[in-house]
Amino acid sequence: MAIAREAEPVGSLREIREAGLDREDLLTIYRNMLVTRGIEERGHILYKQGKIPGSFYTGRGNEASAVGVATALGPEDVGTPLHRDMGVHVTRGVEPWRIFAQYMGREDGPTKGRDGNVHMADANLGLIAMVSHLPAMLPVAVGAALAFRIREEKRVAVGWFGEGASARGDAHEAMNLAGVRRLPVVFICDNNQWAYSTPTHLEYACETLADRAQAYGFEGVVVDGTDVLAVYREAKRAIEKAREGGGPTLIESMTLRMEGHAVHDDAFYVPKELFEEWAKRDPIERFRNWLRENAELTDDEEEEILSGVKKILNDALKRADESPLPSPDSVTDGVFATPEDLDTPHHK
Amino acid sequence: MAEKTYLQAISDGLRQEMQRDKRVFVIGEDVGVYGGAFKVTLGFQEEFGPWRVIDAPLSETAIVGGCTGAAIMGMRPVAEMQFADFISCAWDHLVTVAAKQRYRAGTPVPIVVRLPSGGGFSGGPFHSQNPESSFAHIPGLKVVCPATPEDAKGLLVSAIEDPNPVLYFEHKHLYRRIKAEVPDERYTTPFGKARVHREGDDITVVTWGAMVYTAEEAAKQLEEEDLSIEILDLRTLIPWDRKAVLESAQKTSKVLVLHEDTRTGGFGAEIAATIAEEAFEHLDGPIKRVTAPDSPVPFSPPLEKAYIPQVEDVAAGLRELAEY
Repeated sequence: MAIAREAEPVGSLREIREAGLDREDLLTIYRNMLVTRGIEERGHILYKQGKIPGSFYTGRGNEASAVGVATALGPEDVGTPLHRDMGVHVTRGVEPWRIFAQYMGREDGPTKGRDGNVHMADANLGLIAMVSHLPAMLPVAVGAALAFRIREEKRVAVGWFGEGASARGDAHEAMNLAGVRRLPVVFICDNNQWAYSTPTHLEYACETLADRAQAYGFEGVVVDGTDVLAVYREAKRAIEKAREGGGPTLIESMTLRMEGHAVHDDAFYVPKELFEEWAKRDPIERFRNWLRENAELTDDEEEEILSGVKKILNDALKRADESPLPSPDSVTDGVFATPEDLDTPHHK
Repeated sequence: MAEKTYLQAISDGLRQEMQRDKRVFVIGEDVGVYGGAFKVTLGFQEEFGPWRVIDAPLSETAIVGGCTGAAIMGMRPVAEMQFADFISCAWDHLVTVAAKQRYRAGTPVPIVVRLPSGGGFSGGPFHSQNPESSFAHIPGLKVVCPATPEDAKGLLVSAIEDPNPVLYFEHKHLYRRIKAEVPDERYTTPFGKARVHREGDDITVVTWGAMVYTAEEAAKQLEEEDLSIEILDLRTLIPWDRKAVLESAQKTSKVLVLHEDTRTGGFGAEIAATIAEEAFEHLDGPIKRVTAPDSPVPFSPPLEKAYIPQVEDVAAGLRELAEY
């Protein structure tokens, strides 16, 4: 018997209004989910064209989870999204051309070619760039929340991790410290059922990972990660609770990683039936249907959104392709920070 | 000016920074109510409150990783490792996140990690180490090893001011043993600027931390044998003062590198290699290293004495060099 609460789906437009979103917000969410998937689909093509060095990772199937949580963040809140969370970058407002530039190792990517893939973040948007080691960013998110608590600011930090990373000590240390100090932090576990090729029953022995929250002295919630509105509503509750001094929440967002670990991996180890089952719950398709049934999404509106997204992506690709590769002379630039570097909006 | 112990200088420097700058806070195990295992933060919690002097659970990764998050949000965290040895538990965070964040993501991480280090008290393999060299190998980290009370304060203030992750190795054997005049007012001691601890003409000893005093005792012995020894205290390993080392090597033509860390891949190897590359023609003898052997730090007194470089070891090394 699971300990954590199971989140309810959002039944109507009225319900989601009560959770803080109007119809225009819903269309923005839809657009952000489409842009998220579009960026990764175009990225995949770029990869096959040989324009992306190294490997390539996507978050297909995780769009609702990422966009849902990011929509719930306040403008002054911060987060540490991971490699399946492109939707967080998109929702926070990163310009898609900079993501393509990042993919291709160009000068205008957020890391200026010093790191690849989704290893990036625009500090101006309140995001902190991830590293490969997971869940290494959870203590960092907790530290951001600690800063807010020390300064008595009503801001919240969100830290992401996957069910695979739940096995590592960083996750325990971060959640324990957050629980002890009741810090304004929300932990999002993107449970996509596979850590590379390792299934959940070889990763943890509890019924749900959200159950662990009780052991750290805070609430755990399991949410259907393919339902963007349910994710949004739970994230919003948790974030506002943290903001008001109610301490952390652990939200476990259930999805299936719809592709391999990275582009080289055909995920032969995932049963075909599982893919078929989860394909029926495609987060974008689900939300589209919801909008049609509950928010009177029209063909015209949909057409306008789709063509808008297409234009954004086309323009972004073109602009990114014009971005130069970094100069080899700059290889050691920026190893150490200078005092002027501290003048970013983040360091305040 | 007042005479202070090395420990008091660290404590006073930290207290002054916290009084001056609200962004500075300390976090560590037993730093609050107890005042830290070595009492560096004694009385701090009364003065600054429990949210600026934070008793943390036994979680080095969360302590140092938390500092990174707080620093990115504009704070100036100072973490205390109860012993430098325990930094191994936060190695991953420092090396993976803190050291690389500026280079790859443009985000500076201005944190200080205080590391009570060094042996000499039968602390055994886990309370005696000097792991500075392994961090000196990681691009993006700064490494500081003060030897005097005045530097202990000035380098700590510089470390807090620095926009990078700084590992501040404070040698436990100096805490209460070494006393000297320390200015009362705030001042900084710049990184990368070596200090001439003793001037001499015949042989240069390049060292840092507690070994400065071991070198001094050896130099006094050799003075009686008419050998004039120059002692260069590096103060900081990253960045290190190549210019001062090369100039001294050119002056004396003989160099002994001395450190309490183990030998293979120790920072002394970097210094020796640099001198060999850049001052080879000025040398009259080999570059000699006196270091701990390649073993864990042993517990039993005779073993520990055999491990930590002693005055006689340094004197013997200097005599060997004098033969050239």
